[in-house]
Amino acid sequence: MAGYAIAPEALRDHVARALGELVVYMEVALEEVTVTVAAENYLSAMRILHDHESCAFDTLIDLCGVDYSTYKNRPWEGRRFAVVVHLLSVRLNQRLRVRVFCPDDEFPLLPSVIDVWAATNWFEREAFDLYGIVFEGHPDLRRILTDYGFIGHPFRKDFPLSGYTEMRYDAERQRVIYQPVTIVPREVTPRVVREEKYAGFRGAPVDQTQTHG
Amino acid sequence: MAEIKNYTVNFGPQHPAAHGVLRLVLEFDGEVVQRADPHVGLLHRATEKLAEHKTYIQSLPYMDRLDYVSMMSNEHAYCLAIEKLMGIEVPIRAQYIRVMFSEITRIMNHLMWLGSHGHDCGSSTVLIYTFREREDLFDMYEAASGARMHAAYFRPGGVYRDLPDTMPQYAPSKVRSAKSLARINANRQGSLLDFIQDFVERFPKHMDEYEVLLTENRIWKQRTVGVGVVSAERAINLGMTGPMLRGSGVAWDLRRMQPYEVYDQLEFDIPVGKTGDCYDRYLVRIEEMRQSNRIIQQCIDWLRENPGPVIVDNYKVALPPRERMKTGMEDLIHHFKLTTEGMYVPEGEAYAAIEHPKGEFGIYILSDGANKPYRLKIRAAGFPHLAAFDELARGHMMTDVTTIIGSLDVVFGEIDR
Repeated sequence: MAGYAIAPEALRDHVARALGELVVYMEVALEEVTVTVAAENYLSAMRILHDHESCAFDTLIDLCGVDYSTYKNRPWEGRRFAVVVHLLSVRLNQRLRVRVFCPDDEFPLLPSVIDVWAATNWFEREAFDLYGIVFEGHPDLRRILTDYGFIGHPFRKDFPLSGYTEMRYDAERQRVIYQPVTIVPREVTPRVVREEKYAGFRGAPVDQTQTHG
Repeated sequence: MAEIKNYTVNFGPQHPAAHGVLRLVLEFDGEVVQRADPHVGLLHRATEKLAEHKTYIQSLPYMDRLDYVSMMSNEHAYCLAIEKLMGIEVPIRAQYIRVMFSEITRIMNHLMWLGSHGHDCGSSTVLIYTFREREDLFDMYEAASGARMHAAYFRPGGVYRDLPDTMPQYAPSKVRSAKSLARINANRQGSLLDFIQDFVERFPKHMDEYEVLLTENRIWKQRTVGVGVVSAERAINLGMTGPMLRGSGVAWDLRRMQPYEVYDQLEFDIPVGKTGDCYDRYLVRIEEMRQSNRIIQQCIDWLRENPGPVIVDNYKVALPPRERMKTGMEDLIHHFKLTTEGMYVPEGEAYAAIEHPKGEFGIYILSDGANKPYRLKIRAAGFPHLAAFDELARGHMMTDVTTIIGSLDVVFGEIDR
């Protein structure tokens, strides 16, 4: 579908050569290259990806947090929080996805890459706001999308969809007040994970009772 | 001498030039901006979290409501991401329809931008002019999808239905004479394609009208030339894409560099600016509209010649035809399963990006094989643009703040998500 200047396999080799030992895991799927690096090597790996001649990822397109704790509706074995970065090279016309898991589930901490790409600024603030991932070295790590005085990190999987508080106008006190939510969470369509064959449009449904929420 | 302090001024969130709900905390030294701190999130609806709790099709209409002035472009990226994960080949006619409506959307978006940007800088006339043409574009949306704005027309696997053979017409009423009724219905006698054809033919003339108002206008140039300059190198580092990047002279356009759908078979030029100021970005967007018009013309010609299916016939992805559903048992089951349970997207992750009118708009889907996305990330084009606002506005006068906001082309539906 997408016509890139370089074949994904060739890009994988370029990146593998540039990063060397820093690569934990690497794969090509759906014409996209994904590289996983360890948190302690994250910053240096990103610098290499930005500076290296055959990588030259001059733009950071996107940075987002992921909470893996309910992946496949099962308890997740590995580390809970990850940051997924999408890089683009305007010069060489190639894309790369970088994933890094935060070492500590209780206090997810990663170095900030704001010195490499200025674009990171608000993306890291967003990941901090929604997932509570702290980026060390970010000069202005404030909440960005949630309300002033918001408590919690709403995109974590253990945060309910309807939240904890709601806001309304109180006619007696003549001002806007916060109160515990009055709406009852409701899931119309249950979340179902089928066996792999099912996605290939074949095979009997399994695991139908396993729902989430 | 008395000690002079900086002024801190609050701008918005309810301000006509804030393009929605932008709150800016501005620090001034006299009338010169020292620091600008945009506060966003006032329109945050947690679209990404909502999508995690909804099936893939249920989330589609939420995409319209992201960037609510270029609705179908958002759907486009969303559908492309799902199709990439599922490995679906979209019928060629659907691809042309999608491209045509993407370009209609681009004109729609740029007309909104041009009107409000001109309005912010003191020319109300241009707003009235651009809204006149936008009305026709909404009619095209309505004829194809049934909705003027939030279309939900692009679906995973194609588009919801084929282009209609008739255009809705204005009905007779007491306040309209038969003569004026005939005049406003004149271009609605044929199919939707005829209506679009009529628009494409007269649109260049309307473009000239806007340009007469602005391009060589002394006041317009005084307000925009040399304001909000960003160099090519800096623009790339700041994550700018689309007209913001092209205004700085980088010929980067995903439709050409990483073509999707049928863009590689269409002829169009990529306009670039030189200095990267607000005036260059204005010129780039103006020329983009003319190029979009060219693309639409090519799509019309192709669509007239080539009938065919507009959505895949895989009933695990797209609904079966309605007539068959009433009589065929299997089709009924497919319909029931698809509407109650949704489609299953294989485990994996995909990022699909399109050249949205505002820049690169991307959808990143992480699927664990369920009927709902595990994580959906929307890469909004305006998000990094607004993040760079502080840098663009520093050292400029108070009046330039609205010029720069207008030139960024921000819409809070997509920035706040």
